[in-house]
Amino acid sequence: MTDVIEARGLVKRYKGVAALDGLDLSVPEGTIMGLLGPNGAGKTTAVRILTTLLDADEGTATVAGIDVRQDPAGVRSRIGLSGQYAAVDEYLTGQENLEMVGRLYKLGGKQAKARARVLLERFDLADAGNRPAKTYSGGMRRRLDLAGALVIAPPVLFLDEPTTGLDPRSRIGMWDVIRELVSGGTTLLLTTQYLEEADRLADDIVVIDKGKIIAQGTADQLKSQVGGERIELVVEDSSRVDDARQVLAAVAVGDVSYDVQTRRLTASVQGGGAALQQALRGLDEAGVVALDVGLRRPTLDDVFLTLTGHGAENDETDNSQKAGAAR
Amino acid sequence: MTTTQASPVRDGAPQPIEMGTLQGALSDGLAIARRNVIKIKRVPDLLVFTLLSPIMFILLFAYVFGSAIDIPGINYREFLIGGIFAQTVIFGATITGAGLAEDVQKGIMDRFRSLPMSRAAVLVGRTASDVIINVITLVIMSLTGLLVGWRIRDGIGKALLGFLLILAFAYAVSWVMAFIGLLVPSPEVVNNASFLFIFPATFIANTFVPTDNFPTVLKFIADWNPVSAVTQAGRNAFGNVGPPVRDVWSLQHPVVYTLLWIAIILAIFVPLAVRQFKKAASR
Repeated sequence: MTDVIEARGLVKRYKGVAALDGLDLSVPEGTIMGLLGPNGAGKTTAVRILTTLLDADEGTATVAGIDVRQDPAGVRSRIGLSGQYAAVDEYLTGQENLEMVGRLYKLGGKQAKARARVLLERFDLADAGNRPAKTYSGGMRRRLDLAGALVIAPPVLFLDEPTTGLDPRSRIGMWDVIRELVSGGTTLLLTTQYLEEADRLADDIVVIDKGKIIAQGTADQLKSQVGGERIELVVEDSSRVDDARQVLAAVAVGDVSYDVQTRRLTASVQGGGAALQQALRGLDEAGVVALDVGLRRPTLDDVFLTLTGHGAENDETDNSQKAGAAR
Repeated sequence: MTTTQASPVRDGAPQPIEMGTLQGALSDGLAIARRNVIKIKRVPDLLVFTLLSPIMFILLFAYVFGSAIDIPGINYREFLIGGIFAQTVIFGATITGAGLAEDVQKGIMDRFRSLPMSRAAVLVGRTASDVIINVITLVIMSLTGLLVGWRIRDGIGKALLGFLLILAFAYAVSWVMAFIGLLVPSPEVVNNASFLFIFPATFIANTFVPTDNFPTVLKFIADWNPVSAVTQAGRNAFGNVGPPVRDVWSLQHPVVYTLLWIAIILAIFVPLAVRQFKKAASR
């Protein structure tokens, strides 16, 4: 398989501060690469360079085999971009928005109209197609924006935080759409600050922080970096915590931690299922009632915490500003 | 959403039509202009700004100032119209800047810049569609003018040339505004900043009163202010001859002087705006 997106040593500085600090990326054809990181990690900068919106200070990048700096027009005719906030013209209807993009791709009026109708149908917007986009919900605008990126069915697609700011239902709807896209062989680079999103969609995940890669691999590989599974147990009666802790200590690797507020005991274990069974028997014998007990695999949140020493926290003010500007 | 095995968005994907560079750029410019024209219909603020404010200006000046100003040899309302045409179309140019700033702010510019389209088309399409707004404005103002007593006295052909010159000047100014709009990507800032510039530029001129009694410095500025030349050229074209025109080259040859300014403004601001467009990033 050839790499459809390839970046070597990308550096971009803003007023001396490196937004990207030597980023390498390779995305094989027909796969989804998840670029994961908190706000300010450099995700958007990377996408902007790869989509020819921004010049890198150092490094090279090719998309679909074309150098982004030497032939930006060539790259543009092979990519689709859906940005961080929905770039739709709110005074135009859905149909008019997509038609305009079609015309700009030189499809001609007739093809642009027909393609717009097909896409509106595909993205569940046919009924709203003749209403100004101003009247659309956030989820509908995102879908319209994504449809705009698919007007020529580009072989390479860039989605910059496609679900930021969406409610959970719209987010799941968006995931379905994205999965479907790639089933047709589209190569996709997706940025997200949602660990769950990368976990669900991406074949390969690159975790970046401060413009550098801090980890790379499949979701499973990343999780195994942080260690194995753990048992989590919430006791019903907080006076029985010590008994429960003893039971868990017998199967645990290392210490058993206890969170007073949630009455939750956590113990790292090896050989998951068997350890859980043993713990359950022990609890039964000791007569400790568990409100909730289960085997938990590490999430990407844990990965982030382990790798960076801080959680995948977001700069919320930055986010709300962007949402404000988008409105 | 229906689920099919084959990729729904890749099946039946349309094929771009082969176009030469120039044809492509024209097609892009048209697509952008088409979009802006749709917006004229949809954005109520713009409609109010375009249609009502010129009417208001004519009525206010004609009856409020007009009642106190006496200009020898000509009815003030007839004197006024040439000046108010010039002022209004210059204000119209701010729509260009504010519109571009809004596109940058809302991320639509990123969409445009990621498409294989002509780099200049967004600007060409924008400025072209703003000419349409100015044409509508001039028609409305002319009708209002005729109602309050303005007349075209030297034939319609000459008057049309006058309108053309006014539109051409406004077109040049809209490239200045395009540059500002891309430089300061906030529609509000563009509007406020340009009003600070446009008010003095259109008042320190022969637009609303004869300049003979201006203080020396202002008189000098007014003599060489291109807005004065545009206004004078308009008055000449409409046959609205009033008091003797001041004896400076710029006002004795207002058409040539205006054309010079148009050429200079375009030569400077078209490249600047295109360069700024390439840089313009919504953060």
